[in-house]
Amino acid sequence: MTPAAPSAGCESEALPVLRERGQREVFCGLTGIVWLHRKIQDAFFLVIGSRTCAHLIQSAAGVMVFAEPRFATAIMEERDLAGLADANEELDRVVDRLLERRPDIKLLFLVGSCPSEVIKLDLSRAAQRLSVKHQPNVRVLNYSGSGIETTFTQGEDACLAALVPEAPSAGDDSLPSLLVVGALPDIVEDQFRRLFAELGIGAVDFFPPRRAGAIPAIGPNTCVLLAQPFLGDTARALEERGAKRLPALFPFGAEGTTEWLKAAADAWGIPEMEFRRVVAPHRERAKRALSRHKETLAGLSVFFFPDSQLEPPLARFLAEELGMRPIEIGTPYLNRDLLSEELKRLPPGAVLSEGQHAERQLDRCRAARPDLVVCGLGLANPLEAEGLTTKWSIELVFSPVHGFDQAGDLAALFARPFARRAVLKV
Amino acid sequence: MQLTVWTYEGPPHVGAMRIATAMKGLHYVLHAPQGDTYADLLFTMIERRDARPPVTYTTFQARDLGGDTAELFKTAAREAYERFKPEAMIVGASCTAELIQDDPGGLARALALPIPVIALDLPSYQKKENWGASETFYQLVRTFAPKVEGAAPRTPGERPRCNILGPTALGFRHRDDVAEVKRLLSRLGVDVNVTAPLEATPSDLARLADADVNVVLYAEIADVAARWLERTHGQKTIRTVPIGHNATREFITEIAALTGVDPAAVLDDANARLPWWSRSVDSNYLTGKRVFIFGDATHAIAAARVASEELGFEVVGLGSYAREFGREVRAAAEKLGLTALITDDYLAVEQAISELQPELVLGTQMERHIAKRLGIGCAVISAPAHVQDYPARYSPQMGFEGANVLFDTWVHPLVMGLEEHLLAMFREDFEFNDAAGASHLASVHPSAPQGTPEVTASEIVWSKEAEAELTKIPFFVRGKARRNAERFAAEHGLALIQLETLYDAKSHFAR
Ligand code: SF4
Repeated sequence: MTPAAPSAGCESEALPVLRERGQREVFCGLTGIVWLHRKIQDAFFLVIGSRTCAHLIQSAAGVMVFAEPRFATAIMEERDLAGLADANEELDRVVDRLLERRPDIKLLFLVGSCPSEVIKLDLSRAAQRLSVKHQPNVRVLNYSGSGIETTFTQGEDACLAALVPEAPSAGDDSLPSLLVVGALPDIVEDQFRRLFAELGIGAVDFFPPRRAGAIPAIGPNTCVLLAQPFLGDTARALEERGAKRLPALFPFGAEGTTEWLKAAADAWGIPEMEFRRVVAPHRERAKRALSRHKETLAGLSVFFFPDSQLEPPLARFLAEELGMRPIEIGTPYLNRDLLSEELKRLPPGAVLSEGQHAERQLDRCRAARPDLVVCGLGLANPLEAEGLTTKWSIELVFSPVHGFDQAGDLAALFARPFARRAVLKV
Repeated sequence: MQLTVWTYEGPPHVGAMRIATAMKGLHYVLHAPQGDTYADLLFTMIERRDARPPVTYTTFQARDLGGDTAELFKTAAREAYERFKPEAMIVGASCTAELIQDDPGGLARALALPIPVIALDLPSYQKKENWGASETFYQLVRTFAPKVEGAAPRTPGERPRCNILGPTALGFRHRDDVAEVKRLLSRLGVDVNVTAPLEATPSDLARLADADVNVVLYAEIADVAARWLERTHGQKTIRTVPIGHNATREFITEIAALTGVDPAAVLDDANARLPWWSRSVDSNYLTGKRVFIFGDATHAIAAARVASEELGFEVVGLGSYAREFGREVRAAAEKLGLTALITDDYLAVEQAISELQPELVLGTQMERHIAKRLGIGCAVISAPAHVQDYPARYSPQMGFEGANVLFDTWVHPLVMGLEEHLLAMFREDFEFNDAAGASHLASVHPSAPQGTPEVTASEIVWSKEAEAELTKIPFFVRGKARRNAERFAAEHGLALIQLETLYDAKSHFAR
């Protein structure tokens, strides 16, 4: 845990990056199940893990107790650890029972955890075996959401990357298509769909699909537009299938959304004038929604603890469109490739930090006394008690925040803590 | 492997965290991967604690495995000591670290820190949260309150003293129970020597032997430690849990007998309102209300007694997720002519509730969700609980004030007696249509419960008249009337429910 000196990145104009190792106060990739299972409506997520894993998902899911959610944990017990053959048999038994009970399931993800990985339980073989056994009704896939391999949103990346091979192939001669990648709320998907249609961008698909059977075809004429910055493995898997990724800003705020759409419009050869004509009213509406919050937020400083990898695009949005001043932009992992457009637009003076040493970062945060701290649920109340104003980062992942019509909502998430402070007289 | 949808208890290291977080001057270094830090939010969000739990996680990653995870642990422990300067440290492994066998205890000893370091061995693949809390507390008590040969006995004639054992962080109303029990004890003239683990330091634990009696408020946490204190220091133990009016009186009598004080003045507390509230005429309608009870052993057993003896409910189901106390729960159930439901399978509990169709559910947050789905009133009586069950107001479960609280919170989800008559009288008025729920029934959704398709025989049809009649029945009993009619029809081989069927069913199921 040696503190790494800030080192300059590859681009000359890039911000210094502080790399740290130490206690990381972040969720593991299992957490993604909370939103992924809502998105793919006939998929079931079965974690092969411990009581800790089950408890984590339940705690992250908070009050969302459904009668029988489409996720569960196969909790390993002492006897499963004794011999691996037993563990496989046990897993088959659990899956049989589950599928019998839930005939509505079309796609089953076996989700690896730290314990299953440490004992080297081979879930990809198990998935193959179970797929054969339960075909054609259920397809069984696997990915890792373990805390030793993945941080929070990386669970979605691993899940989507596991889904890519399921996509049918689109040949060389197929029409160009746009694939928007990253789990988005349905309402946001529909808004984007309408915008793309207005722009004249044809054949738009979203990934993951809402139903397991509706996985779009992928091929050399597929253009990929990432809606989330944490999808490195998924992007790579899609590129291996011949798809082309369109580098762009991420669709946060009026500017981010405009440039994100522009990347697709350019790939489709939409004339500049036409693009502006279509986008202008939406963009204006977004700007109007932002202006109110700008009054609250302009000039205030913000400090990001690492959480979802959304931090760099959000910092760009807060700085460019709301006039905030990022002090430290913590991210669990910095994917320079996917963030190439974003990093260029981060304001000078901010520090990017990758990884975490929670105690030292807290020291830096206290010393900087930012106007707003964006952090996880474990840190928020303690920091509030120290007199800092905080925003729970998990809301940025769980709420609809992408696109023009959510730009105001996204800004509101950051403005709300100040509005509350302003009204409270206690 | 056990297929689990929702769990009542976390892993055992979360139990250890509950002890560490409750105490002062104790730090926990936990060998665990990053995702396990979610446990902090249980304390900072659900319990609204204003400080982080005193826990350092090593957060090792895959790339550390097979190499320097041990070194990582030592660095974390050393840094934690330097930063937090605790009086003592507990060290241990979470489920994943247990598999890599780094021996946190040995590693911590090798650091030769100038404070006591206690190694916890909490088998994650066998045990659960409450066991982990109990074991941690026991290990701490053993370490800090050892037998001292030739220790001076308590001088006769000294004011009697007791310890209060069991309250933890994230406990259900532990904060207020402690305050209430302390008030009882002080009125009795019994001094409190140490309360632990809540608010105790390791050096407070060293004074545990200096008391006559140990009061065990929550057996799940403190029974093992109390037994050890009994054996080692010859202290007496009070296991009667003062939840409910009668149990509170027994608790007072018992402690008075053990310490030789006069209980008379304390037994008749002018603020003990439960008996009169329960005898008053408006409470008549509570008689025989069917209640289902589920929780940890302490609260479930106590609730069953209060419900049946002090509120006149009919307990139709009693159970607990605490297998360690299965025997005690079974005995309590038998007294009521029931077979206890001992399970940590949420789906089994849900099934039991939907089969029994109680009018009130007393349970954990899980049963609250079940009850909500089934359109049944519910009060939370036990951990695990959500943030709304950690109230700002004083709201103990124990003592006479606790009994008052039980009366209010359990009766609240039911319709008030007088109001029930009014509803029946005016049921055809427009105010009592579907959309207008009773003003105090915020938690009960006025629409028919959707969660009970298993009792609905789909081939049975309702006649227009019967369907219309059904809408005239107040919403809070309509679901039951519908189910009863359908059950009645199914049992009698009727494919069509007529107006008459509805009333036949009513008389058939009338109690
Ligand atoms: S960090 Fe590992 S052990 Fe902990 S909850 Fe996540 S997958 Fe399970």
